[in-house]
Amino acid sequence: MINEVTNIVVETLPQIQGYVYPNESNVHPVWSVLIVIYPYITGLVAGAFIMASLVRVFNVKALAPVYRMSMLTALAFLLCATLPLLCHLGHPERNYEVMMTPHMTSPMAIFGFVYAWYLMAVLLLELWFDFRQDFVKWSKTTPGFQGLIYRVLTLGVTDVSEQSVRLDMKMEWILSIVGIPSAFLLHGYVGFIFGSIKANPWWGNVLMPIMFILSAIVSGIALCVFNYIVLTWIRRKTVNMRCLDAMAMFLFYALLVDAVIETLDVLHRGFAAEEGFAVLQTMIREKLFYTLNIGQVGIGTLVPLLMLGALQLLRHRVPEAVRRTMIFCSGAMILFGVLMMRWNVVMGGQFFSKSFRGVMSYKMEFSGQEGWLLGAAIMCLPFIILTVLVKLFLSESEQLQPCEHLPENSSKT
Amino acid sequence: MKNQINRRSSLLRMGGALAGLLTLSAAKTAKAAVQTVFVSTSAPKGYDPTKHKWLMCIDDNKCIGCGLCAEACKKENGVPEGPYFRTWIERYIIPKPKPGSGETRGEAIVDSPNGGIPKGGVSAFPEPTLPKDQIEHAFFVPKLCNLCENPPCVQVCPVGATFKAPDGAVLIDPKYCIGCAFCVQACPYGARFLNPVTKTAEKCSLCYHRITRNLKPACVEICPAEARIFGDLNNLHADDPIQKFYEKNRVQVLKPHLGTEPRVLYAALDKEVR
Repeated sequence: MINEVTNIVVETLPQIQGYVYPNESNVHPVWSVLIVIYPYITGLVAGAFIMASLVRVFNVKALAPVYRMSMLTALAFLLCATLPLLCHLGHPERNYEVMMTPHMTSPMAIFGFVYAWYLMAVLLLELWFDFRQDFVKWSKTTPGFQGLIYRVLTLGVTDVSEQSVRLDMKMEWILSIVGIPSAFLLHGYVGFIFGSIKANPWWGNVLMPIMFILSAIVSGIALCVFNYIVLTWIRRKTVNMRCLDAMAMFLFYALLVDAVIETLDVLHRGFAAEEGFAVLQTMIREKLFYTLNIGQVGIGTLVPLLMLGALQLLRHRVPEAVRRTMIFCSGAMILFGVLMMRWNVVMGGQFFSKSFRGVMSYKMEFSGQEGWLLGAAIMCLPFIILTVLVKLFLSESEQLQPCEHLPENSSKT
Repeated sequence: MKNQINRRSSLLRMGGALAGLLTLSAAKTAKAAVQTVFVSTSAPKGYDPTKHKWLMCIDDNKCIGCGLCAEACKKENGVPEGPYFRTWIERYIIPKPKPGSGETRGEAIVDSPNGGIPKGGVSAFPEPTLPKDQIEHAFFVPKLCNLCENPPCVQVCPVGATFKAPDGAVLIDPKYCIGCAFCVQACPYGARFLNPVTKTAEKCSLCYHRITRNLKPACVEICPAEARIFGDLNNLHADDPIQKFYEKNRVQVLKPHLGTEPRVLYAALDKEVR
């Protein structure tokens, strides 16, 4: 157990217990921190988008104040989603071949198309239709380079007549409806990348895409909670408690369903106890003790479930400030817990030999191609992009307000 | 009205660009399909992969664990030093059961130091830690790419750099591999690795440069015990070793439950071998 922590925090020599195939006795794991971050970022995108869709498709008015922020969050993270994959490749200069000469049976190749579809056909288009009116307005009122950006973003479509705006709304609604299955597909496919590996009992599992989608929704809502509170704090504005309570409610139910499905997975594995089960037990008891039992289950699931569950029962008796703090802490803990979940899946699958006769510990790099430093940098990048997007598109005066035609008008379409 | 047309034309233009991209992608896919057929393998000109069906058989009773095969493979194929092997030898030591334990055998002890490659003419395998009278069985198992009929590694390769040739060999085009290591994860037999020099995936190719010139793979050529038997199912001759192997033995494959249908067949395999 101590080895696990020391191997995460400092560099120690690789350790092998039992027998592993000679090709597995490498100093570094084949997939490392970057591949942990990749499903994490993609999940945040899908989750943030699905939360935004609650406003558009299901007309949840309470969440309207965070609609635009959630969409921009999804965009900022989606722009960085393939970066960890790209950096991890042995030949990143050949990356375009995944799109140009895809091998259609490969989950990774199909992911490229799902990603492109989601970015170009769903997210960018929906954002454009939502912001178009504002682009036209801002391009007239903002001088200089920023005004030029808005002008370019109108793509020359400056008609803001009632008929035109109605068409915008209709398109947004259609795109949201297309977007929900697309978001499920996007992250379901990431789960399938692992779930399709039948050689690895830790990964090869039909529940894997479902668990990935559910944890994605949870992490996406948690990120929106986190961003919303941080943004209002930075801008010295007051938090809309109705909105925050609604987010906390959805977060609670999503987390509950996620926890139930993950428990079901554990129970099923225990009951079936197929080949390699003994080595999976070792993973849970020893190799992943801290990151799984404490990080993912304890900090990432049970504590937030208790806090958010208590808030559902006693919402009116808890003062606003306490509620806000509790929801913020739950969001942050869930974000940490889901990151741990990604770590447990990706690294857990590489901590044991496919001969099921031995386990490995790896020396994690600090710098290097798959090192902590690069991982942290990639994790920071979406936040930097989001800051720019928020500066450009969520102006302080009308910040965090829903688009004018939202959501009342959208329901009429 | 003018603006309406503007929007429509903007959308049309975007649609056109997307269609163009998809067409380009389809064209490239077609090109890749052709490339898979005429891929730049190490086969000589005129070699017709459709006229052969290669098969590797391993008579596990015969392997003496000398490790010459693993050594020859490294030399023949320029495999880097370190934990990178296209083929290797595993040693299994099955202890006798503890008296009164009610078991048929003790827990197997498996090792493969440096893939079984001898060092300075001395066997790579150290003396067993168990006294000889406590050992029930001890045997060696040569391992290599299992030449699956349904190779999971080929299934997951995002660019089609790894493929199954019509002659049964599973090959990699190193000029095409992007080094994502998905295939390394997907191989149930641990037969693949990322070459630290070329940064591409690598595995046993059955010495494709040799077999396509009527030579045997290096490991088969050097095996002093004739534990490795190699042949062409489409061109069997009267006293072909493959034919004899089939007639003499009942055969088994590794991890049959995964449905990979390996073309590497083992005789006298123990249940402990995975």
